[in-house]
Amino acid sequence: MNYPNELRYTKTHEWVRRDGNVIKVGITEYAQHEITDVVYVELPHVGNSIESGKPVCIVESVKAAFDIYAPMSGVIKAINTALESDPGLINRDPYGSAWLFELSPSNVEEWDSLMTSAQYEQVIKQGV
Amino acid sequence: MSDTIVHDEVTNLKKLPLHKEHERLGARIGAFGSWLVPIQYTSIIEEHQAVRHSVGIFDISHMGEFFVSGANARRLVNQWITNDIEKLWPGRILYSPVCRENGGTVDDVLVYEMAVDRYLIVVNASNVEKDFAWFGSHRSLDVVLQDKSPETGMLSVQGPLSKDLVEKVFSRNLAGLAYYHFQAFQTDLGEIILSETGYTGEKGYEIFCPIHQVVTLWQRFFEHGAPMGLKPIGFGARDTLRLEAKMCLYGHELTDDITPLEAGLSWAIGWGKEDFIGFEALKRQREAGLKHKLVGFEIVGRGIAREGCVLKVNEDAVGRVTSGTYSPTLKKNIGLGLIAVPYSQVGQNIDVEVRGNLHPAKIIQTPFYKRQK
Repeated sequence: MNYPNELRYTKTHEWVRRDGNVIKVGITEYAQHEITDVVYVELPHVGNSIESGKPVCIVESVKAAFDIYAPMSGVIKAINTALESDPGLINRDPYGSAWLFELSPSNVEEWDSLMTSAQYEQVIKQGV
Repeated sequence: MSDTIVHDEVTNLKKLPLHKEHERLGARIGAFGSWLVPIQYTSIIEEHQAVRHSVGIFDISHMGEFFVSGANARRLVNQWITNDIEKLWPGRILYSPVCRENGGTVDDVLVYEMAVDRYLIVVNASNVEKDFAWFGSHRSLDVVLQDKSPETGMLSVQGPLSKDLVEKVFSRNLAGLAYYHFQAFQTDLGEIILSETGYTGEKGYEIFCPIHQVVTLWQRFFEHGAPMGLKPIGFGARDTLRLEAKMCLYGHELTDDITPLEAGLSWAIGWGKEDFIGFEALKRQREAGLKHKLVGFEIVGRGIAREGCVLKVNEDAVGRVTSGTYSPTLKKNIGLGLIAVPYSQVGQNIDVEVRGNLHPAKIIQTPFYKRQK
């Protein structure tokens, strides 16, 4: 599986992209494969404050609902409404067009405590 | 030869005889009652579509099989079930709820008339022990009651191509078989019971065989079925398929606290026969009128209803969801629920509360999916 080097990762299988002070979040290829067919996404609201490690939004398969956790604290700046009409984007393009939300971090240093690609791959290999 | 069911060392759940085969096929294994079963092999949606458009095979060896025999068997079974055994003759199958005296549902079963003095009752896996004790303690007439579940394997082959495939596997013409009929015959694998039944809303067959032959039989289906695109189907798609066809799942639409009348199964109650467990309670309920009943709904916007979600009208709770899912055939989010009768008409607008948010929904005609014949 593919875990791009420029991203950071969480134990709960979110990926995090940093572009200056803008943070974009999605779920990893491993997570989309585990969930399989994504048929519904419940996005957060723009302007919501979120806290690192707390649930932010929900991704559902045919059978079950999965919480998505905030990788960093901050305020939601944008949400990917394309997922509302086409949730299957998460299965097809997890690191690209299927980002979930953008946030403005309250403490950008939290980025440094996230896992690198190599560290995340190690977590997957050890069995979750 | 008697094979015993193996228990998983970690979970102590029972393993199907095909467990290793499911693992080899890459299945995601999960718990279903006291069993470890394949939830999905590739994707619930792909597996669902295979059954709707070509053919799929399910390992359902977890199901329970009881045999009741003796001169009194017919009379006694007819006291146990709500449906009327007078509809049966050798080679025919009857669907029926089994009720408590208060009308609550012990289980829903299939009754096969093997001979005028011998019946096979197929029960839900989760209810094997409960049902065996229930029937055992309601033996007002002398019969032999045997639990053959540990010795019996069961496969289900469902989909538009299922007839061709089953004919090939058994080198047998099935023109003489019809829906809810069965044939029992000897093969090199021992005695096979082949019935035209299923839990998907498609044409299909359920096949009983000696449990130590179920792996061989499964492999034979793939030898003949691979060119037709035969796919193994997990319990995830089994649930979405039965839900589209509005077939009840015990523990959801039927429970010890839900009567067959409330679940819309009045057609499976032998109102004319009177002498069965639960008759008085069901009759009283029919005369008094139902307070709530089972309906099908679709979510009008977005959101998936799940079991336990509250159904509301003008913010008042009027019911609850018994099963809900994304429907791969309709590409809509659908569900079944018990709702107060004044709100149970087709066309009624309701809200489904999911995680504190209200999602508009509408009561619609069921079944959600009906196969074109």
